[in-house]
Amino acid sequence: MTRILVCLLLSLSLGNACAQNTAGKDSRRSGFEDMGAATQAMQKDDALNPGMLWVQDGEALWKQPAGASGKACISCHAAAPGSMRGVAARYPAFDAGLSRPVTLGQRINQCRQQHQQAAPLRPESQELLGLEAYVALQSRGLPLAPPDDARLEPFRQRGRQLFAQRIGQLNLSCAQCHDGLPGKRLAGNVIPEAHPTGYPVYRLEWQAMGSLQRRLRGCMSGVRAEPFAYGAQELVELELYLKTRAKGMAMEAPGVRP
Amino acid sequence: MARTLINAPSTARRGEVIEIRATIGHPMETGFRAGEDGKVLPRNIIQTFSCRYNGELVFSAELFSAVSANPYVAFHTVATDSGTLVLSWEGDNGFSQAESIKLVVTA
Repeated sequence: MTRILVCLLLSLSLGNACAQNTAGKDSRRSGFEDMGAATQAMQKDDALNPGMLWVQDGEALWKQPAGASGKACISCHAAAPGSMRGVAARYPAFDAGLSRPVTLGQRINQCRQQHQQAAPLRPESQELLGLEAYVALQSRGLPLAPPDDARLEPFRQRGRQLFAQRIGQLNLSCAQCHDGLPGKRLAGNVIPEAHPTGYPVYRLEWQAMGSLQRRLRGCMSGVRAEPFAYGAQELVELELYLKTRAKGMAMEAPGVRP
Repeated sequence: MARTLINAPSTARRGEVIEIRATIGHPMETGFRAGEDGKVLPRNIIQTFSCRYNGELVFSAELFSAVSANPYVAFHTVATDSGTLVLSWEGDNGFSQAESIKLVVTA
């Protein structure tokens, strides 16, 4: 009798889950789903994911004192698994002092300069990517949650504009491929929907870790446009727009991409 | 010290086949690429990888320029006795690194 009851309950709850899926189905696809099985396995297994090498760096740097203050990240923030949970999911966030949004990497460098009195880390350096990856790892599996901050709105709008603006000798906008043709192919590659869920990612083509800005710059030179410099306001605005577009999708950092 | 990711069981039954997987952070510069100044970057690769199980060589591999950065090696061996597995990587510019893993073998 109990067995029948359990079966009944199970089928009921499964039925419920199915109903929910069809009702509020999220049709957005992470680039993860378009990868081959081997690359997916590489991302899912922490013993295989080369991004974890950078996470190791980040973990070491988190505890290592830097600059004239002699303070480490851990001195103020405590252990990252608790204190940094969900933080990376909220960036770029508005910085009141600068009156503009800053990315996670810029925030880390701000902290280094203001609180540690240390030199900022170079964009795309092993150290900065390591810290970003370590902080982002603490949000793995959580939904992307760009802040609901009215002050961000004009920047988000500019990001949207940039996404739709044709650039370069090929005269293409991001939106033409990533909104218009996702799932189709560009040469041998599936065009993804451009949801930045896994950054910083280990890209097999780069044979290294890279930030979302590196990826955006890659796309810009792909359409033969002059890429914006690292840390440029335009790249931050694009990132802000893309994070808003992917709001609610699960964080995968450190991701692996082909 | 280069960074490594090593995945191996800490215990095994005698006679069991165990899998060891190891990744090491290394640029594996091929020696064929030009740098930003147009000059060819000198080769900097890992040339050999080996695994010694209680001193006995159980696996070795040669690596070449075509192997990508941060090379990943996976292999199997038979668990015979409790002891240490020493994984070592050697390469250009005197690169040398060894990591050891403890293995407990039960009857």
